Amino acid sequence: MTALAPVAPVPESAPAASRRRDRPRLWRGVVLALAALYFLVPLAASFWYTVHNQSTGLSLSPYAELWTAEGFLTSLLLSLVLALATIVLVLLLTLPAMITVRLAAPRLRPVMEVICTLPLVVPPITLVAGVSRSLQVGGDVLAPTPFWGTLIAIQNQDFPLVLVFVYVVLVLPFVYRSLDAGLRTMDVRTLVEAARNLGASWPHVMFRVIVPNLRSALASASFLTLALVLGEYTVASILGYQPFAVWIVTISGSKGQLSVAASVLSLLLTWLLLLTISGGSRDRSA
Amino acid sequence: MARVLGALPLLAFVALAFGIPAIAMVAGAFTVEGAPGLGNLALTTQGGYLLALGNSVKLSAVVAVLGAVLGTFLAQAVVTSRSRALREAVLTASGVLANFGGVPLAFFWVATLGNAGVISGLFGLPSGTLFTFWGLVLVYLYFSVPLMVLVIAPALDGLRPQWREAAANNGATSWQYWRYVALPVLTPGLLGGVVLLFGSAFAAYATASAMGAGTVLPLVTLKIAAALSGDVQTGFENVGLALSLDMVLVAALVMAVYLPLQRRSTRWLQ
Repeated sequence: MTALAPVAPVPESAPAASRRRDRPRLWRGVVLALAALYFLVPLAASFWYTVHNQSTGLSLSPYAELWTAEGFLTSLLLSLVLALATIVLVLLLTLPAMITVRLAAPRLRPVMEVICTLPLVVPPITLVAGVSRSLQVGGDVLAPTPFWGTLIAIQNQDFPLVLVFVYVVLVLPFVYRSLDAGLRTMDVRTLVEAARNLGASWPHVMFRVIVPNLRSALASASFLTLALVLGEYTVASILGYQPFAVWIVTISGSKGQLSVAASVLSLLLTWLLLLTISGGSRDRSA
Repeated sequence: MARVLGALPLLAFVALAFGIPAIAMVAGAFTVEGAPGLGNLALTTQGGYLLALGNSVKLSAVVAVLGAVLGTFLAQAVVTSRSRALREAVLTASGVLANFGGVPLAFFWVATLGNAGVISGLFGLPSGTLFTFWGLVLVYLYFSVPLMVLVIAPALDGLRPQWREAAANNGATSWQYWRYVALPVLTPGLLGGVVLLFGSAFAAYATASAMGAGTVLPLVTLKIAAALSGDVQTGFENVGLALSLDMVLVAALVMAVYLPLQRRSTRWLQ
């Protein structure tokens, strides 16, 4: 930051007001222009890459071709189903745990915090290394027991539950933080005690009292999970499944234009999802 | 015991889905041909594996420092701007791009600066320009700079104009204000940002893998993937696990620095 000062020397005699206005204008313009160039050129170039073709000229056909391309819909569907399952599972696990800790066992809170931060320390590639080894060893150890069937079932190609488990671990820190921020804004204990005193059952307390108050935190946790799972490549590719991101890489060898078109689509999707989150969080702060 | 019943499913799940793989990784890393030993870890500190580890650390460090500096400039440009629309637009775009790593990012850059890319065609760049160390830095900055903007913008917002005015009233120059007032306040945030950027670049696999960077710049994540899939040689899976352990150690170190820094920097945000 110290380098900012000499960028635009200002005459000493300039009045204070105009000095404040003039000095930043130059460096700020340069910084913003460079940033715009760096961030927009790849977007524009990629779009041009998908619509322009030496032989046929301009056409939007790659985007139409996507929908009929082999594996596009299956892989996109798989990604969406995995994302939904991950959201449901991670919320079912974290929400009761966090509320219990707040109400009944505040001493467990540091433990929860550590557990939910740990996955940040483990890069996805190392987690999946451990998972694939566990599946290997598990297969050998569990073969004579009834659990073997379970182990095979979670690796089902059509709906690999094992991916959902790994994704839940990976999104845990983000979901935890989001819900924690949401729970901070309300007085959980008072709300629950008031509801219980008035005769509400526990499920009623959960779904009619807590959840509505947490709506924006839950929404942002869900959308973030959705965005992360839709773009996830590392875990799925190493374990040998083909959700959307893996499919993009698979077709890139034979159909470069299609894979870039799919990337553009996926950016638009991410953009939409995260815009929804930022809309939601603005509601919360208001 | 009944009081913590609600927390049990989560604890059990983490023990299963996180604990077992972690144990499997550590156990595998210390197993050489069926017997306990340090051979795998020793292997990871030699030859190609050490080179990959070094490349990853170097790439992540360069990306972290460059990303932090550029991100801070961009954030300052936006924060001091009086246009609300610009501010909202840049912060939202940063939120999107910081989460936009992985495969699509790789293909965007391949379409732009790759061998058949639009910009490389326009300027007649030699083939392979993107597939170098600095090419990869350029690609990684695409998600690192926005991440830095998100991290540092609140801290820059926390710099009160009164501090600058007070410094000016006491006869401080702009340089002195930045050197003795603003920078010390920003230091935890800046360092935290550098560390976070380092961690995210260090862990990145999808982008490098989709670009096919492994041949020009072997990275530790690519080596792990190759060892796991038995691409190189069978029997090297345990070396992959040992490399994973190395990575976790580096990442743990990074987080051990980051979390306290983050706590310190939030003090200024009130």
